[in-house]
Amino acid sequence: MRIYLDHNATAPLRPEVRATVLEFLGPPANPSSAHREGARARAALETARAEVAALIGAAPAEIVFTSGATEANNLALRGALAAAGPAAGLVTSAVEHASVLDTARALAADGRPLAIVPVDGEGQVAARDVIAAVGPATRLVTLGLANGEVGAVAPVAEVATALRERNVVVHTDAVQAAGRMPLDVSALGVDLLSLSAHKLGGPAGVGALWVRRGVRLRPELTGGPQERLRRAGTENVAGIVGFGVAARLARNELTDAAARMHALAERLWTGLRARLPDAVRNGPAAGPRLPNTLNLSVPGCTGESLMVLLDLAGIAVSVGSACAAGAAEPSHVLRAMGRDAEAARGGLRLSLGPTTSAVDVDRVLDVLPGLVAQVRGGAAA
Amino acid sequence: MRRERIVAAMSGGVDSAVAAARCVAAGYDVIGISLRLLRATDGHCCSLDDFHDARAVADRLGFPHYVFDMTEPFERHVMQPFVAEYLAGRTPNPCARCNEHVKFGLLWERARELGATRLATGHYARIGVDPASGAPSLRTARDLAKDQTYFLFMLGRRQLERTLFPVGELTKGEVRAEAAALGLPVADKAESMEVCFVTDGDTAGFVERHAPPAALRAGPIVDDGGRELGRHGGVHRFTVGQRRGLGLGGGERRYVTGLDATTGTVRVAAGEGPAPHGLVARGVSWAAGVPPASGASFAVRIRHRHPPIPARLAAVRDDAVQVEFTAGGSVVTPGQAAVFYRDDLVLGGGWIESAVTGTA
Repeated sequence: MRIYLDHNATAPLRPEVRATVLEFLGPPANPSSAHREGARARAALETARAEVAALIGAAPAEIVFTSGATEANNLALRGALAAAGPAAGLVTSAVEHASVLDTARALAADGRPLAIVPVDGEGQVAARDVIAAVGPATRLVTLGLANGEVGAVAPVAEVATALRERNVVVHTDAVQAAGRMPLDVSALGVDLLSLSAHKLGGPAGVGALWVRRGVRLRPELTGGPQERLRRAGTENVAGIVGFGVAARLARNELTDAAARMHALAERLWTGLRARLPDAVRNGPAAGPRLPNTLNLSVPGCTGESLMVLLDLAGIAVSVGSACAAGAAEPSHVLRAMGRDAEAARGGLRLSLGPTTSAVDVDRVLDVLPGLVAQVRGGAAA
Repeated sequence: MRRERIVAAMSGGVDSAVAAARCVAAGYDVIGISLRLLRATDGHCCSLDDFHDARAVADRLGFPHYVFDMTEPFERHVMQPFVAEYLAGRTPNPCARCNEHVKFGLLWERARELGATRLATGHYARIGVDPASGAPSLRTARDLAKDQTYFLFMLGRRQLERTLFPVGELTKGEVRAEAAALGLPVADKAESMEVCFVTDGDTAGFVERHAPPAALRAGPIVDDGGRELGRHGGVHRFTVGQRRGLGLGGGERRYVTGLDATTGTVRVAAGEGPAPHGLVARGVSWAAGVPPASGASFAVRIRHRHPPIPARLAAVRDDAVQVEFTAGGSVVTPGQAAVFYRDDLVLGGGWIESAVTGTA
């Protein structure tokens, strides 16, 4: 029985989601069709929209379904800036997901002003630094709500409040926060928010961008009236329906799941620190942090070797940020936190999910110290 | 009982695939590792396709496979010295550097961390055992046309002890047949011949893209009398022995006899000319740990795919040697390796510093 501790990469499909998705794989289901088949699809699509909206305290009409969070982030950044004019610039942080950072850099290469705000040694971006980076041309600020590598939570609400009267659209990528922290778009005060289904136990290939009513956004995909003209193309009904179920479950289970994951992550860290006294936890020492994420460095060990040995021992974890081939590159998040290239390659990320058990955690505590000794000593165990 | 663990280095090609397959057949606990050496923008080698091929082989044979990122050390240990050597008027040998520093250095280090006792690669070479001492020795492959000992000469006894060359006893044809018999998806895959990171074959262009602009200097092409015959765009565009592409127009056939990076001079000579009758090599290592006696006879290979030529050891000083060719001269290219053989045994090798010319 394998132990899966890489929920920040993707989560297993929940059985309830799978059952609902299967109902929509087969019958014709184009929500734009006028016949009964189309009407059934439309009804399911709108139910899912309401479920996803409820997860973040939004109105269903403000949800735009996309092919995933990468598309949602692209639509947020490119769409909001295109609507704001050719000279509109943006501000983001150094620890964003690649779908934000690479898109921001591409927009900068097209001549738009870009400021990338640094973070401190714990991966925290300071609200005042973000606000100070907002210049006269800035029309968009994008900050990930929770960092998927080290678990730092950004002061998004504080930034949004400060920028309320500044004619700046505030976007947050809430992919890693969803299902792990309470989400409420009114409390956050943002204008755009990205979500992904597969991190919640929904299917991959589905996401959403929440667009506050009144926010101007140029569509990236044109060619149909779907999603209120914000995202053309026949909807992925089966996937969206699965997203809806996953969102409902995440909302209903949030309080219990977050408390359980937090307790297990702390049990894991406490146990590892007792067995590996020189291990270092990367990320915020205090303050808000994702409840399910433990990123650690073990001096004298490449994270890659530990990851491989854990995999061979039946435990799936991850290292740094993976390239398309699966090779771990130095993590840009740890680099931004001031670690050198070697240390940035050494971070081992264990991310728990709602089904992670104490037995799973204790198994890691049994196995990992021996693997560390093997890597350090080099002798075959 | 726990099986002995082996890391099989897998390029995605047929040779390393069969090497890994032979380790599986021998009963080892095999972990396949591919190295990412180039960033995505650098071209097609070490590309996703090669990783997918390696992964497909591992899946077919039922062992785990991982990709390790070594772009930074590859750049530091192989690509940067490659550029620096060309700029210094030398012709580098990047495959040997990669073997020394990356494959049998860093990759072995990782293999050791993973609990492996040995590293297996798809190189065409053999490891023999000295009957007297029991020490391992590097020997040429059975398929001499494919022999790669020229790029492996620096492997010492301790490295050979933890290395396996499972295809060293096979011909290339036999390797392909074995791959086909096992149903490996790479059985008919084409071979890579060029320097893997110069994907378009344009070495001069690669050097120019990676060198500091100030290091690229035009200069004169002069004959052995010191007469300027023309101009050139930088010594990195030339290799000692080169005959084509000198840009001197028609007339006498000439070839490059020397490159002086300090003055930016390319020296050429007409016709066949008096070829060097020896060489000086540095950074020489000996399989036996000590050099043979001065005057010892052996054969020296001074370029990949060239047959070793008869020679004798003229002088030894620290890790430098002077070698005399005993059956006629040969073009000598500084920067290439000089590898010393006795029959199929690799005695040692080093890096060519200069040619020895003049009267013997």
